[in-house]
Amino acid sequence: MSTTEIDRQWTTRLRRRAAGKLPPEKLLPDTQPAYVSSWIYVFGVTTLAALVVVIVSGCILALEGPQWWHSSNIGHFVNSTHLWSVEIFFFAMIVHLWGKFFMGAWRGGRTLTWMTGCVTFFASILAGFTGYVSQTNFDSQWISTQSKDGINATGGGSFFNVLNLGQMLMWHIVILPIAAIALTGMHVLLVRIKGVVPPFEKDTEIAR
Amino acid sequence: MGWIGSIIPLDNLGHYLHWHFILISVSNLIVIGLMIVTFVAALLLPFPGRSRRKENQ
Ligand code: HEM
Repeated sequence: MSTTEIDRQWTTRLRRRAAGKLPPEKLLPDTQPAYVSSWIYVFGVTTLAALVVVIVSGCILALEGPQWWHSSNIGHFVNSTHLWSVEIFFFAMIVHLWGKFFMGAWRGGRTLTWMTGCVTFFASILAGFTGYVSQTNFDSQWISTQSKDGINATGGGSFFNVLNLGQMLMWHIVILPIAAIALTGMHVLLVRIKGVVPPFEKDTEIAR
Repeated sequence: MGWIGSIIPLDNLGHYLHWHFILISVSNLIVIGLMIVTFVAALLLPFPGRSRRKENQ
């Protein structure tokens, strides 16, 4: 094969693009700018850590099934771990969102980072919602019957039926986790590609 | 875990605050309050290692 042919291969082009945009030392850096040493920068990783616990505990629930998590002690414990890691996930995500909002962290070509964050937030709310309506208890019955009118009024009910337990469970354990993980992956890679946004003062210094 | 029930009454209906069109459960209000406290604390509390790094600059 000639060099030009190799140059034109999609594997070659993709590798060069990826390595140019995100070289290993940018993907896994050993130092960060001085302004990153503040607690407010910890909440993105806290959200990420909570998400890992959510996914792992959810996988254990899926392996064992509802009889197990409704009746055994360990089952109750893993069920609670799943709920409480979700609580920490949302808590940390909101503080993270506030932090990034007041930093104006979409500056300097970071629009996609902000937007993937927003869409992840929306996907997580749907994941939380479908989780609540999958509980098969009075709580889930109440939530689904209350929300069906709102969702049907938007027309969404034609393909998203909150009273359909099978559909809600599948969204909760297949579609939405895939969406949340993919979006979070994109989000974090974008942060690495762009680097941490400088504070407002630094930004004007650079502009000057 | 029975001791939790002895401090917080868990058997009655949830408490709600109602002010004009705003209706919120006390538990949700507490969580929002905790998030605000955490946010302010994250801005104000010193981060370990910060001063050391400044000297190096
Ligand atoms: C699954 C939820 C999320 C995870 C796991 C996550 C994770 C992260 C991590 C690890 C960082 C880098 C460290 C940091 O500055 O904290 C980051 C940065 C960022 N996040 Fe998120 N995030 C999530 C949701 C959101 C949401 C809801 C928003 C706002 C709508 C958002 C906006 C941003 C922005 C703009 C940055 C870039 C900050 C910069 O360049 O300095 N994120 N995120």
